[in-house]
Amino acid sequence: MTGPSRLVAGIVAVVLLGGAAIAFAIVWRPAIAAIEPPGPQAFDAALVKRGRDLAAIGNCNNCHTVRGGKNFAGGLPVPTPFGTIFSSNITPDAETGIGRWSEEAFRRAMRSGFNREGQHLYPTFPYDHFTNVSDEDDRALYAFLMTRQPVRAAARENQLSFPFNQRFAIAGWKLLFLRHDTYQPDNQQSAEWNRGAYLVEGLAHCGACHTPRNALGAERASAQFAGGDVDNWHAYALNDQSRAAVPWDADALFAYLRDGFHPDHGTARGPMAEVVGNLSSVPSSDVRAIAVYMAGVSRTPTPDRKRQGEAALEQARSSSGPASQANAAGASIYATACASCHESGRPLPFGGVNLARSTAIASPDPRNLANIVLSGVQAVEGERSPIMPGFANSMTDAQVSALLSYLRARFSNQPPWSSVEKTVQDARRAQTAFLVKSPAPHGAPADPQQREKP
Amino acid sequence: MTAPMNIDRRRVLAGGGALIVSFSLSGALAQQQDPPAAAPPSPPGSLKTTPYLDAWIRIDADGHIEVFTGKAELGQGFKTAFQQIAAEELDVAFESLKVTTADTGLTANEGYTAGSNSMKDSGTAIQNAAAQARELLVAEAARRLDLPIENLRTADGAVVAPDGKRLSYGELVTGDMLHVQAQPKSKLKDTATFKVIGRPVPRVDIPAKVTGGAAYVQDMRLPRMVHARIVRPPSYGAQLTECDTSAVEKLPGVVKVVRDGNFLALVAEKEFQAIKAMNALGAAAKWQETARLPRQDDLLAVLTSLPSQNSTIFERSNSPASGRKTIEATYTRPYQAHGSIGPSCAVAQLIDGKMTVWTHTQGVYPDRQGIAEMLRMPPASVRLIHVEGSGCYGHNGADDAAADAALIARALPGRPVRVQWMREQEHAWEPFGPAMVTKLKASLDDGGKIADWHFDVWSNTHSMRPGGAGSMLAAQHMAHPFAVPAPRPLPLPEGGGDRNAIPIYTFPNAKVVHHFIPTMPIRISAMRALGAYHNVFSIESFMDELAGLAGVDPVEFRLKHLEDQRGRAVIEKAAQAFGWKGGQKAPQDRGFGFAFARYKNLAAYCAIASEVEVNRETGRPHLVRAVAAVDSGQVVNPDGLINQIEGAIVQSMSWTLYESVTFDDSRITSIDWQTYPILRFDAVPESIEVHIIDRPGQPFLGSGETGQGPAAASIANAIANATGKRLRNLPLTRKRIKEAIDA
Amino acid sequence: MMTLKVNGREHQVDADPDTPLLYVLREDIKLNAAKFGCGLGQCGACTVIVDGKAVLSCVTPMVLLEGKQVTTLEGLGTASEPAPIQRAFMEEQAAQCGYCIAGIMMRAQALLQRNTKPTDEQIRTELDPHLCRCGTHMRILRAVHRAARLMDTADATPAAEGRAR
Ligand code: FES
Ligand code: FES
Repeated sequence: MTGPSRLVAGIVAVVLLGGAAIAFAIVWRPAIAAIEPPGPQAFDAALVKRGRDLAAIGNCNNCHTVRGGKNFAGGLPVPTPFGTIFSSNITPDAETGIGRWSEEAFRRAMRSGFNREGQHLYPTFPYDHFTNVSDEDDRALYAFLMTRQPVRAAARENQLSFPFNQRFAIAGWKLLFLRHDTYQPDNQQSAEWNRGAYLVEGLAHCGACHTPRNALGAERASAQFAGGDVDNWHAYALNDQSRAAVPWDADALFAYLRDGFHPDHGTARGPMAEVVGNLSSVPSSDVRAIAVYMAGVSRTPTPDRKRQGEAALEQARSSSGPASQANAAGASIYATACASCHESGRPLPFGGVNLARSTAIASPDPRNLANIVLSGVQAVEGERSPIMPGFANSMTDAQVSALLSYLRARFSNQPPWSSVEKTVQDARRAQTAFLVKSPAPHGAPADPQQREKP
Repeated sequence: MTAPMNIDRRRVLAGGGALIVSFSLSGALAQQQDPPAAAPPSPPGSLKTTPYLDAWIRIDADGHIEVFTGKAELGQGFKTAFQQIAAEELDVAFESLKVTTADTGLTANEGYTAGSNSMKDSGTAIQNAAAQARELLVAEAARRLDLPIENLRTADGAVVAPDGKRLSYGELVTGDMLHVQAQPKSKLKDTATFKVIGRPVPRVDIPAKVTGGAAYVQDMRLPRMVHARIVRPPSYGAQLTECDTSAVEKLPGVVKVVRDGNFLALVAEKEFQAIKAMNALGAAAKWQETARLPRQDDLLAVLTSLPSQNSTIFERSNSPASGRKTIEATYTRPYQAHGSIGPSCAVAQLIDGKMTVWTHTQGVYPDRQGIAEMLRMPPASVRLIHVEGSGCYGHNGADDAAADAALIARALPGRPVRVQWMREQEHAWEPFGPAMVTKLKASLDDGGKIADWHFDVWSNTHSMRPGGAGSMLAAQHMAHPFAVPAPRPLPLPEGGGDRNAIPIYTFPNAKVVHHFIPTMPIRISAMRALGAYHNVFSIESFMDELAGLAGVDPVEFRLKHLEDQRGRAVIEKAAQAFGWKGGQKAPQDRGFGFAFARYKNLAAYCAIASEVEVNRETGRPHLVRAVAAVDSGQVVNPDGLINQIEGAIVQSMSWTLYESVTFDDSRITSIDWQTYPILRFDAVPESIEVHIIDRPGQPFLGSGETGQGPAAASIANAIANATGKRLRNLPLTRKRIKEAIDA
Repeated sequence: MMTLKVNGREHQVDADPDTPLLYVLREDIKLNAAKFGCGLGQCGACTVIVDGKAVLSCVTPMVLLEGKQVTTLEGLGTASEPAPIQRAFMEEQAAQCGYCIAGIMMRAQALLQRNTKPTDEQIRTELDPHLCRCGTHMRILRAVHRAARLMDTADATPAAEGRAR
């Protein structure tokens, strides 16, 4: 998930700034010869298996599969103010997929963002990260994709108007922002850290969501992991800007990425739910490596942050929040709509996070909380998974705002949010869009064996 | 007769004018304890145990006809079916009848409403009683008109003479006319003349259910009624060590806190007050728990290592015994929950030493016995009235809730007490469907037929229904608790864990062993189809494995081993309607599966073909369509039967693909719909077709549970067909399927 | 004391602001249709319509209802004069135990009020918050389709007999 509208905005800017000239200066890549589709027998089973894990880390399925559609057959619409970009078919179908792509062509796409014919690919495909993927891993990914079931599904025409439909414009964007080999091993660090860095900066493309983008739609290198936007969700800051009630550490990150929830933070929702759904199936050593590297990114918390964390935990343990709530409506809504689960004393993910520890409530941006209150959490088909009813139908914007303000005041020591009601209005609009296009929920991992005792 | 009965009896008689309508329940009760010594051969169905006609049918002087059944309507729609049967045999309009269901004050003791036996027991009794009543009315008319019986006919609630003169049943009925014993055989109507039976009559209970009429025990509101909630222990065997109730007693609306040993409950004027107080009381209660549950991720080892009583329930040997190719397989089923949508509920009231309990129990009489024992009251002072609840699918929390209500009502004489379980309580405390293990081994002869067959099944009992107080939670939790009755295997031919363990197919050599496990780590009882669900799943999965080994089409393979003609007919019907063809290949990512069983080997026949799609990347299975054929003898209400089979397939699909009770070393951890997921609309099949093979004049065969086993096996076989991988451990979850594909 | 508008009538209700609507409907106003299933927002049995939208009454505190219109199944029609959706459920015989049905009908009603021609896919998606343990799903779907036709075309086909398929 990359903030597509910003990307397109960036492209526009490039064009308007006269970047076209630069763009033309970029070499046009030749097509790479089509091959006969190799067929699944051509690949080593162990290689395919490794490719499966890598594809999960890369979250490939979520962009390349539409709800109810065939796996990896593409067609996911990414609406932008300038039109809609559709994800492509990456099954080994000869005519409509990548069946005629050689491994070299695949690697070039990953590394430099060209299709087999040599056309530029839109950077919604995050090759600014994938460029870091090793040849070996590209080979495994290729093997995995080429052994999927071929699906005949012609690419849907992107609905972009001129000049956004001109692929050469992308050349300019690449020239400005595509840097190769942004990941370099660091001998001072452990092998685990290096593995994590390789994955995070490369295939896992975490920064695509968690790093803010500049006016031209590219990640701001100076503000890496300072928090970003995606589909009207706020991707939390993961560096020292993090406002999580309890500071993250490697263990918490590992558990969260692996299980999809952590009692000191909450449950992964929105686009992140899809990510953790995938990470639940990959080797835990890789998830651990990602966690170790990201813990380094967020740095050892300052004494001040530590104290805040302790205070949050303390408040979570005592059942009563800060006294004197002037917000009676919020309190009544909370008591019935929220507390029946969130104060049930059941551990996550089935009890609802103890709100004093909720990262969403401590966040400077109330959007995620608004989203979750409006839409709730849908059950995953046939699997143990948290359920939360959405309140979009039962609460007005003013009522949701009252609840959000109440939660913020009661469960965090952060200053009140400003313009909560506006956020709620936006969230309600976005929620409608989200529900219309979102893929079916993925298997949120939940451990049925876990102790229900405190 | 007890006081409440008399009240009702007066009410029943009120409309009767001068005529005293006989009332034979006391006779029926006497019969119950002391079955008729003489009078063989016995009459059919439940007339055996309750032979007086007026226990089943009463007609007053105005011609009002009331039909009584000791069975409970649980959403199967048989109240409507009984009404059809009675209307048919009595020759009255369907609408002119009223059916009264299970009530210890009014109806016969027909034990439990279970095992798909209602049509066979009660339906047969009502049919024969109605036929005999009609004969009696005709005879009376013949006497009064001085005409031969043959010249008279019945129509629309009257006997009609050749000259058109009509004598209504109301005019004809006399004092004790129906207070006679049932004859062994009544002359039933010619099926060809049926006007009501065999028609899809709309169910009588549906209008109220779709317009907000009072339909359920949950909807009862008696004057001055109070609301109770239970605070259950956190786990089996937990002891209440400390509970300061003083703060809770002061909460708004709280009427009383009731504590009796580990039984903790409270009563409040209003329902939400009761819930708030329940939460406060729950927080105040301190429990001591013991870790006593087995490991849930290794049920196979757990079940097969517990002490068991082994019995060979079937053996046949025709040498030569050994075949050429032999395979073995082990199948498991976890504990599964009934999972009623409406948690259990009951209302009880103690007035002048008489306890009345309104309950959705499946057995008003057995439950009354248990409650009376718990309260140390004579059974005659306790009356249980069945009021419909949410569908129960076997022995769920209904009886426990009835006991809860009675125990609390005793502490609050005069006031009706409504107890409603919370969702978490229903999930944690209902008696689950038992876990099971089956081991199968068979070999094929040179002709590709099964030469010998071994079947071993391990399971607990499948019924801990009340009868004694000790089967109910309240009685177990009291300070002077009642011991849980010793679990017993249910006798064959119906069986419990071994229900449907004996193959219906003909094999030259076969041996079936039942390993009955008395020790019960988890609270269990009867769940729809009992052992038949897993046994049929195992047998029918294994039949497919063997068919694969023999290289024979699964449908053909079954027919090769089946002599039962009605069984063959349903298999052929389902296969044909599905479009099953030998050597077929399902579309990409899809598989076809087939399965068949005759429930209990003596009730309805059912064959199901299904088409399942499996997502190879995620492992997610989706039942696309299912086609069933069913033979349940004479069909009374075809639409009702279709509804039942459709429901059985859909429910069994949910059990089979998704469901297992989870627990840690002491607590049940699947305590709501998050932790015990069941089917939602996103996974509902595109179509389910049910084809009925009607058998006019043949006995009614129970059908409510016949679909569970075949549906499970049919889906499992389709998944195997789609993926090439055989899954033998229920449930066949997405994760297990994915692991199998990736392996 | 607050005023609650249910099925077109105003009721004076004496309930704390945090009381869930479900209990007020069932106990104070003595309506049967909204059912207690879980109290946790997981099953849909308690669904009613508030200002045209389907709402889970078990997690909707009274404080949210000031000035809003609540409609329950009782407010749509009666057994003798059923609303189209009620007629459709009767005609399809779309119930077994029926406990889940009232909630499902209310959400379907809300859907049909804003979309008279929903696709099968839309109906399934819409009903996803609802559980039915009896497995009546196929009939429920048929009944909602039938209700859509009844509402849309005022289809006057008499109650169907013989739905054997
Ligand atoms: S009772 Fe409200 S959703 Fe279950
Ligand atoms: S009809 Fe019984 S739960 Fe749906």
